[in-house]
Amino acid sequence: MNSSLLLSIVTFVYAASAILYIASWVFKKSLPAAFGRWVALAGLIGNMTGIGLRWIESYQMGIGHAPLSNLYESLVFYSAVIAIVYLVIEWRYAMPTIGAFVMPLAFLALAYASLSPNVNDRIQPLLPALKSNWLIAHVITCFIGYAAFAVAFGLSLMYVLKARHTGDPQSLIGRFPDIRVLDELNHQMIMFGFLFLTAGIITGSVWANSAWGRYWGWDPKETWSLITWFIYATLLHARFMRGWQGRRIAYLSMAGFAAVLFTYFGVNLLPGLHSYGAMGQ
Amino acid sequence: MADIRASNGIWNEIVSFFSSVRLTIVLLLSLAVTSIIGTVIPQNAAPARYFMQYGEFWFRIFSVFDFFDMYHSWWFQAMLILLAINIVVCSIERLRATWSVIFPSQVNIQPERFRKSGIAVSRTFPGTPDQVQEALMHHMGKQAHIHTASASGKSGIFWETGRKSRLGVYVVHLSVVLLLVGGLMGSMWGFDGSVTIPEGESADTIQLGTGNVRHALDFAIRCDDFQIRFYENGMPSEYRSTLTILEKGQPVLTRDILVNDPLTYKGVTIYQASYGTVPSKNKAVFEFTSRDSGMVYRLAADVGQTITLPENLGTFTLKEFVPSYRFKGHDLGETFLAVHTPPEGGAVEIAIPTQFPSFDKMRKGIVAVSVGEAQTRYATGLQVTYDPGVWVVYTGFLLMIAGCYVTFFRSHRQVYIEFHGSDGNTRVDMYGIANRNRLGMERWIERLNNRMGVK
Repeated sequence: MNSSLLLSIVTFVYAASAILYIASWVFKKSLPAAFGRWVALAGLIGNMTGIGLRWIESYQMGIGHAPLSNLYESLVFYSAVIAIVYLVIEWRYAMPTIGAFVMPLAFLALAYASLSPNVNDRIQPLLPALKSNWLIAHVITCFIGYAAFAVAFGLSLMYVLKARHTGDPQSLIGRFPDIRVLDELNHQMIMFGFLFLTAGIITGSVWANSAWGRYWGWDPKETWSLITWFIYATLLHARFMRGWQGRRIAYLSMAGFAAVLFTYFGVNLLPGLHSYGAMGQ
Repeated sequence: MADIRASNGIWNEIVSFFSSVRLTIVLLLSLAVTSIIGTVIPQNAAPARYFMQYGEFWFRIFSVFDFFDMYHSWWFQAMLILLAINIVVCSIERLRATWSVIFPSQVNIQPERFRKSGIAVSRTFPGTPDQVQEALMHHMGKQAHIHTASASGKSGIFWETGRKSRLGVYVVHLSVVLLLVGGLMGSMWGFDGSVTIPEGESADTIQLGTGNVRHALDFAIRCDDFQIRFYENGMPSEYRSTLTILEKGQPVLTRDILVNDPLTYKGVTIYQASYGTVPSKNKAVFEFTSRDSGMVYRLAADVGQTITLPENLGTFTLKEFVPSYRFKGHDLGETFLAVHTPPEGGAVEIAIPTQFPSFDKMRKGIVAVSVGEAQTRYATGLQVTYDPGVWVVYTGFLLMIAGCYVTFFRSHRQVYIEFHGSDGNTRVDMYGIANRNRLGMERWIERLNNRMGVK
């Protein structure tokens, strides 16, 4: 069994977990969610094993490197981090309806990696510019940040739905966690994501300085990561200093996640140095 | 007097303008939105390209607003300066207000404040207040101490942690200022240029930016060797230049550089950026066309080497390679100079330009020489930079990560515990106050309560 096959299977495990969480929410039963948690954990173990296996395979091919070097590998890592962040939240706060909104994101990330014809899953050697110890630090910090923002996006969506909802507390949306908890958890995720996004930009910057002789060059990917940083910085100041809460924070959080997605995928449509994460090759 | 008051009024307004968080939010969002422009319009390309792409009308509009180099435009830089002033003024104003909280001359405990705004948990234990208090003190660790209210004489336990975490946000703000200052230092006193050096040659000037401005270095860089390695699938795996630093022509240091592994000498850093090929100046394959027989002979020659030509056409000595050769006012470009010694008559100096194969025919000698195949050699493309601000920026990086961590995940937590005794039992009232993360404080005080229950 090779890593690509294993990760394709994990895609369906995540799908099963997401469906169980959604079923638990829709049918008001706690059993599917209890089961979904273990399925998610199994998926995560498979996901991490896939990453480890791919690492070993690259060494067997004589071009050994950490599997964090292209779009496919980053998506695989991304889905693992989303699953980890979610499971930690569930373990600490025990609110499985959140799983119905977060586990689908882990599934989507991995499904895009495994099933899209645009994403090449071959193991390829590292280009000279990528041969740096900063690669691992940069990719890991960035994707932990992105994963936290993905979870914050799920929470914001739930917040907006719940805040509009005035009806029966036993209805679909009525069973969401209390909006105060959603708001606070969203805020926690954003602070966590912001710390890692900051660390990701900084590690990328130090790396750029050792590879190209400048720590900041306004390349589109750099600029978009800074735009994302500005949006979340705005959110944090609005909340800390001006007491913004609730819906406005939720909308800013969703705008921030849109910027994350553009930084990740959209920038590849623009010219720049960050072509390693691009489609195809 | 009146004047002073009026100017104070203006001063206060300026300060309150710059210390408003609304300004921060407006600036951050404006920076976010305008930054998009430079990712959609390619930056610093040739004006002709923009003209072609956008047409005259938009070209003029975009030019007025510096959209072709927007991150260095006056308006973008002005926003950054405003943000810096905003950060500094805000931080000073707030730090002045919280200084006495962070560094109090003596901690002033007001039980009323805790009763009014603290998160409250209550519990009853058997025993007198003094006994319960003593047992609890045991639990709370070193940060706790007994506080006796002067008015009522009642005592309680006061506990706090993370007072200095309130400084975290100022560390983050300082780091942003350091990044901007470091960037400014780099652009004022630093340089960033590139140079292409063929193998075996040296250079002591670099080209700055995209223009034709050249910058002289205090030393020369010689490229001794350049190598590319490839993977089996044909992708490049390594670019390696062997460089020697020359001081007044004397070699002082030789080292290999790779992408991601630059060489720093006297604060100037030399990066592997690109490569190209140039004709070899040491050797080439020449074509000798005999005038009498029309036969063409291909023979290789090294500089300094003398070869004997067939058909008794004499000898050919390759003298040197010149990057440019002027003939009747025209530059013929890269040219080999050689000497042809026919069997009869004297030696003739001949020029063999690589780009004009029929040039030597005009001499009408017994043999016409042209370059059949120029041997190429590599030229390494180097990025050469000097940035005295980089350590300021890196200090900013470290402070920013540390400051963000403290700001987000540490908080100033205070707990006050009161004891009310009745009938041999003691009611314990616990109040918790945190400067942020109230939910975390709730969970924390709940845990404290549960822990006490275990005992």
